[in-house]
Amino acid sequence: MIVEHATRSSRIGVALIAIALVVLALAPYWGDRQTLRLLAEMFTFIALASLWNLLAGYAGLVSVGQQAFVGLGGYVLFALAMLLDVNPVLAIFVAGPIGALVAVPVALLIFRLRGAYFAIGTWVVAEVFRLLASQVSALGGGSGVSLPASVVLAMAPSRQMREFEMYWLALFLTVATLAAIFLLLRSRHGLALTAIRDNELAAQSTGIGVWGIKFAVYVLTGFGTAMVGAFIFLQKLRISPDTAFSVNDWTAFVIFITVIGGIGRIEGPIIGTIIFFALRQTFAGLGSLYLLMMGAVAIVVMLWAPKGLWGMAVERLGWQILPLQRHLVLRKDARGKP
Amino acid sequence: MQWLNVILQGVLIGGLYAMFATGLSLIFGVMRLVNIAHGDLIVLAAYISLIATQAFGMDPLTSLLLVVPVMALIGYALQRGLLNYTLGEDLLPPLLVTFGLSIIIQNGLLELFTADSRKLQAGAIEIQTFQLAQDLWIGALPLIQFVVAVAVIAGLQLLFYRTALGRALRATSDDQAVAQLTGLDTRHIFALAMALSLAVIAIAGVFLAVRANFDPAIGPARLIFAFEAVIIGGLGSMWGTLAGGIILGVSQAIGAQIDPGWQLLAGHIVFLAILAVRPQGLFPKVSG
Repeated sequence: MIVEHATRSSRIGVALIAIALVVLALAPYWGDRQTLRLLAEMFTFIALASLWNLLAGYAGLVSVGQQAFVGLGGYVLFALAMLLDVNPVLAIFVAGPIGALVAVPVALLIFRLRGAYFAIGTWVVAEVFRLLASQVSALGGGSGVSLPASVVLAMAPSRQMREFEMYWLALFLTVATLAAIFLLLRSRHGLALTAIRDNELAAQSTGIGVWGIKFAVYVLTGFGTAMVGAFIFLQKLRISPDTAFSVNDWTAFVIFITVIGGIGRIEGPIIGTIIFFALRQTFAGLGSLYLLMMGAVAIVVMLWAPKGLWGMAVERLGWQILPLQRHLVLRKDARGKP
Repeated sequence: MQWLNVILQGVLIGGLYAMFATGLSLIFGVMRLVNIAHGDLIVLAAYISLIATQAFGMDPLTSLLLVVPVMALIGYALQRGLLNYTLGEDLLPPLLVTFGLSIIIQNGLLELFTADSRKLQAGAIEIQTFQLAQDLWIGALPLIQFVVAVAVIAGLQLLFYRTALGRALRATSDDQAVAQLTGLDTRHIFALAMALSLAVIAIAGVFLAVRANFDPAIGPARLIFAFEAVIIGGLGSMWGTLAGGIILGVSQAIGAQIDPGWQLLAGHIVFLAILAVRPQGLFPKVSG
């Protein structure tokens, strides 16, 4: 008997992903400016939702405060680029380690809260970050600041090249995030994480160091979320405490995406992002009614399809796009004995 | 004397925070539900009172006679019709459903009342003050609000330890399965707890609306104040929650006195400091 990851559907899935990646990497050659911007925005939401999914769906750490790290990343980028003249693309990669570094004391503190109180605790931390950011007058204080043109021009000489560069950066960040999560889940630690997802108490009783794994996942998520946040605000070119630490933009939407797509599955956030953007492109003109509708959809899905649309598809049809599940395969040896 | 005044104002607003907080900790105690829409429900109560004052010409404090039962009914219906279906081993459904509810209430209020700031007018009582000592004044309204908060907490304490309903609530809180075995209908008990919680925050919402401006977006911050007061005070203790509310109110008042930008930050920092040195809160009664 051997353990295998791949199934027929996952082999097809991996082939499809490879094709999709090539098509997306070539998007600057077939898409117009608007398409590129929309795709880049979708990539950032896929990345944010995948990171939140790792945190909430696998490690059971339901955070409603990930905007703390999105905003932190954004402010790190602005601080490095404006005050220290660091190349903004380089600054994105500095934001990651800083995010992880900040996540360590935050985790030590809020891991004292459990369950739903943990969730609100993360929100308090995000609020503290927002209030602190509005005290930094070098970065515009409460009203925010725009990235000077010289910083933007330093990235690439022509506007078109900058846009291509931003697009590829978004694609790279998202693919790297997904690949890292995929490799983590395929590893020994991933098995432990899946066990924690399914039953924390049972996982603990088999000798899994639950606290350590949760801590590591929280810090890793801080790393990734800060990098994505830095990218988001490099694209926006403007930052303010209210946009950087917005609970609606970086948590409510991200939770909506993950829940609709399927929490606790790596494919969920991708499906969810596609649905979220389809809804947004269609109904965004409705304003607050549109948000109201989204809240209602999230409640309905949580009550009637708690595993999300992808979760339903998996259960009914047995699909998996990425080879993550382990299953035993009986293989007969040369003498015909199992 | 100036500082004494600041601290006194902080103590009085702490009563309001304690009312926010008792509503939150009550339902957590009974059914381990943390209601993310808690703050938005407080704001909803403020808007219901606004309607009552505008449509029937009621005085805001008189409108409590209407707002409290309406909010209690909403609470009962919400629990029976929606939230009971989310309870179970899994933490996510109640959290996400109440998060969705929070978005619905906020945007519903925005749609109905726009983002304009409102305030309830309570008339002459708003500017009445008493002199306690030289340079030390106390407003009638903040004092009433504080007295009401203490009365609400004392009332809840009596209800919990002296009545049949209180016994049922405590039994459900201790062990849901056993409570059910003794013939309690836990779905009904949960709905009553939610009704009670929303009745308490209805009072808080009306006082909030008389004291300061409100708009549809201020709910989440009230949830955070409620939560901080609960954790500072220690889970499960009602008088602890009052202490937690007062500590939060005083910290904010002192922070605001130092620098207006530090009002909220000071409250959060005291909360985080207490979490760091005494995570079980100052006056804990139950663990977990």
